[in-house]
Amino acid sequence: MSAQGELPTTSLREQLDVRPGEDAHLVLRRATVLDPVAGIDSVHDIVVRDGHVAALASPGEADTEGAEVVEAEGLHAFPAFFDPHVHLRTPGHEHKEDVETGTRAAAAGGYCGILAMANTEPPVSTAADISALREQARAGASVPVGFLATVTKEMAGEELTEMVELREAGALGFSDDGLPIVDAGVMRRALQYQHLCGGNIALHEEDPRLSMGGAMHEGPVSAVLGIGGIPSVSESTMVARDAAIAAHESARIHVQHLSAAESVEIVRAAKAAGVQISAEASPHHLCLTDEEVRSLDPHRFKMNPPIREERDRQALIEGLRDGSVECIATDHAPHQPEEKDVPFEQAAFGVTGLETAFAALHTELVLPGVIGLGLLVERMGGGAEPFDLPRPTLAPGAEANVVLCDLGAEWTVGEDGYESRSANSWCAGRTLTGRVLMTVAAGQVAFRLRSFSLGVAS
Amino acid sequence: MKHLLSIEQLSREEIEAVLDRAESFAEVGRRDIKKVPTLRGRTVVSLFYESSTRTSSSFDLAAKRLSADLVSVKAAGSSVEKGESLKDTVATLSAYDPAAIVIRHPYAGAAQMVAGWTAASVVNAGDGKHEHPSQALLDVYTLRRRLGALDGLRIWIVGDVLHSRVARSNLIAFAKMGAEVTLCGPPTLIPRGIEALGCDVSYSLDGIEEADVVYALRMQKERMSESFVPSLREYAASFQIDTRRLNPRQLLMHPGPVNRGVELSGEAIDSPQSLIAEQVAAGLVVRMAILYELLAGGDPSAPSADAEGTRPTPIGTPA
Repeated sequence: MSAQGELPTTSLREQLDVRPGEDAHLVLRRATVLDPVAGIDSVHDIVVRDGHVAALASPGEADTEGAEVVEAEGLHAFPAFFDPHVHLRTPGHEHKEDVETGTRAAAAGGYCGILAMANTEPPVSTAADISALREQARAGASVPVGFLATVTKEMAGEELTEMVELREAGALGFSDDGLPIVDAGVMRRALQYQHLCGGNIALHEEDPRLSMGGAMHEGPVSAVLGIGGIPSVSESTMVARDAAIAAHESARIHVQHLSAAESVEIVRAAKAAGVQISAEASPHHLCLTDEEVRSLDPHRFKMNPPIREERDRQALIEGLRDGSVECIATDHAPHQPEEKDVPFEQAAFGVTGLETAFAALHTELVLPGVIGLGLLVERMGGGAEPFDLPRPTLAPGAEANVVLCDLGAEWTVGEDGYESRSANSWCAGRTLTGRVLMTVAAGQVAFRLRSFSLGVAS
Repeated sequence: MKHLLSIEQLSREEIEAVLDRAESFAEVGRRDIKKVPTLRGRTVVSLFYESSTRTSSSFDLAAKRLSADLVSVKAAGSSVEKGESLKDTVATLSAYDPAAIVIRHPYAGAAQMVAGWTAASVVNAGDGKHEHPSQALLDVYTLRRRLGALDGLRIWIVGDVLHSRVARSNLIAFAKMGAEVTLCGPPTLIPRGIEALGCDVSYSLDGIEEADVVYALRMQKERMSESFVPSLREYAASFQIDTRRLNPRQLLMHPGPVNRGVELSGEAIDSPQSLIAEQVAAGLVVRMAILYELLAGGDPSAPSADAEGTRPTPIGTPA
C-alpha cells in the first residue's frame, strides 16, 4: 500500500470525531440480521454493550438484564452505512447545513459514519481548519465524522496544501470536490506527495472546457430543452487521465460520483490493470435519468455531475454488481430555497440524500429485483475502506454500528420535514418503501424514529 | 388554455384555435378604429429580462388593441437591477392582480416557474434557448395564410440551431402541423441528439432545393470567439441564403433581426419570396389572439366572448 505507516484501524470512534455519549446497552430481539461481508444472514438477538456487538444470540435467548429491549421481530438489522461524500457546509454556509444537522440527517438515514467535503467557505485548507471542525464534531456530531482537506490551496488547482501537516491534524484524506483538478501537472504532484503524507485523494472528475456552461446531461433531452449540456466525456476523459497518472505514480485515487457509462468502463479496466482506484455512485444517479429534467425542476433534478441516460444508469448498476463501483455515496449537497427557486440554469447544483439513500435504493433497485438486498447493504458500507477506515460489521466483537429497518414501511419523503437544514431532496414527495427505525453509531444510539420509540415505550 | 408556456404542450387543435382567432383580428386591423373592448378593465404585465423590439412591442400593442391596462417592466432600470429575484418580482407584480404576465427571460423554464408563482395566465415570450411559442405561432400563421396548410410541406431551418429558441419552437410547431423539417447548420451549432424530435439534420446546404420553405436563423457575432465557427465569412460562404441558392419556388422566412450579408443576402431579404414583413405583421394579430384565447376564449363567463361572438366588435360599435 502506498499510504505508509497506517496501521489497520479498529473503530470509527477512534478514527473519527463524534459527540461523546452514553454507550448503549441494547438487545434487538429476534432481528433478521444481514451482514453479507461477514456472512451473517439469520435471525438473532443482537446484544449491544460497551460500544460493541457483544453477542449475536439465538432468537429470544439473550440475557436482557439491565438492557433496553427492542422488539425487532420482522425487522432487519444491517451493519450501519458509511457515506464518504457529504457536504456539511461548515464553515461558511451554516444556513444550509452544519455539523449537528448534517450528522442528524446521517443518523436518520442509517449511517454510522460520514466524510465531510472541504469545499466550504473558506475551504478546509489548513491544520487549524481541520482542528476547528474536529472540535465542532466532538461537541455536536450525532455520528462519527471525518474531514477531508483540499488538495490545492483555496481549491484554486495551482498549489498543494500542506498535506503532511493536514494529515497530522487529522485530515482523513484530500479532495477539491466541487471542482476538478484541471492541471494534470498539479494532479501528478499531489499523487507523488501522497507517498509522503498518505491519505486517499477523492476526485471530482470534470473537464470544465467540455462541460462549459452546461447545466444538465448533454443528449436528446438537453437538445430539446435548449439547456447547455455536460457531455459524458467531460467526466470520462478526466477519469482516464487520473487513472493513468495514478498508475504511473503507484498512487491511490478515489473517483467520486461516477455518472457516465464510459467512466465505469474506465474504472473497471483500471482495476483489472492493477491501478489503486476506488469509485462511488450516488443514489440519484442509480435511480434517475435525464428524462426527469423535462420537468425543469432544479430542486430535485439539478446536480453535478448530472443524471444521465438509461444506459449510464444501467452501467452504474452493473458497476455495483461486479464491484467496479465499491460504494454508494450520497453527495448530500444541501441548498436553501432561494438558490433553487430560480430557473433551472441559474439554480445551484446539488441535492440532499442522506435521509433517503437506503429507502430510495431499496424501493427502486431491490424491490423490483434489479439488485439483491445483500448487495445494497454491502455497497452502502463500502465507503469506509477506501479511506483506511474499518467497514461497519455486525460480527461479534466489532464496534456497534447497527441500523434497524422496517423493509415494509411506506413513507412519503418530506411529509414530516427533514433532519437536514435543507429540503432539496431529490426524493421529495416520493413514496418510499423501507424505513430506518434506529441507528447505533460507534456504540451510541444516534437515531430513533419517533413513532417507533413511542411504540417501544407502550 | 390557461398559459402559453411552450409549443410542446399544445395540440394541433389548440394551435389552430389560436390561428383561427388571429384571422378574425386581422379583419379588425383593417378598420379605422383598430381597438376592441375585450380586455377592458384587465391588466397585462409585460416583463422583459432581455432586450426585444418586435416581441415586446407587438405584445404591448396587442394588449392595448384589446383595451387591457398594460404595465411594461424592463429589467434595465427596474428593481431587477437591484438584485431582486424573479420570484419576488413576480410576487410584487402579482399584487396588481394582472390577468396575464408576458415574460421573456434568459433562462429555460422561467415562464413555467412564474406560472407556479402567480394566479395570472403566463405567456412565454422566450425562455433562454428553450422555446419562443408566440414566434412559432406567428410563423405557422404566416405560412398558412400564404399556402393554406402545412401538411406535407418541406421546411429547412438553417443556421445556429444550438442557441435558438425559435428553432426549437418552430421545429415542434411545423411538425405538429404536418410539415417535414430539416435542421441545417455547421455541426458545432446543431445540438447533439436533436433528431429525437423527429427531424432530419444536414451539415450543409446540399439538398436544400427540395425545401418548400427556407427558414434562416440569426447568426450572432459572438459565436466566432467561442469557436463555433471560424469566421462569419466562412459561415456566410457555407450557409448564407442568397438568391442564387434560393430558387423562385421557395419561400424565405427569418425571425429577425436580420444580419444582412451574414445569414441572408440583402437581395434575398428584399426578394418577392421573402415573407419577413408578413411575419412582423402576423406578430401583432397572433399575439392578440394569444391574449384573447388565454383571457377570454373558452371561458363562458368572460365579459366579451359570448356577448360579441367570435368576431370582436370595435369600440364605438353597438354590440
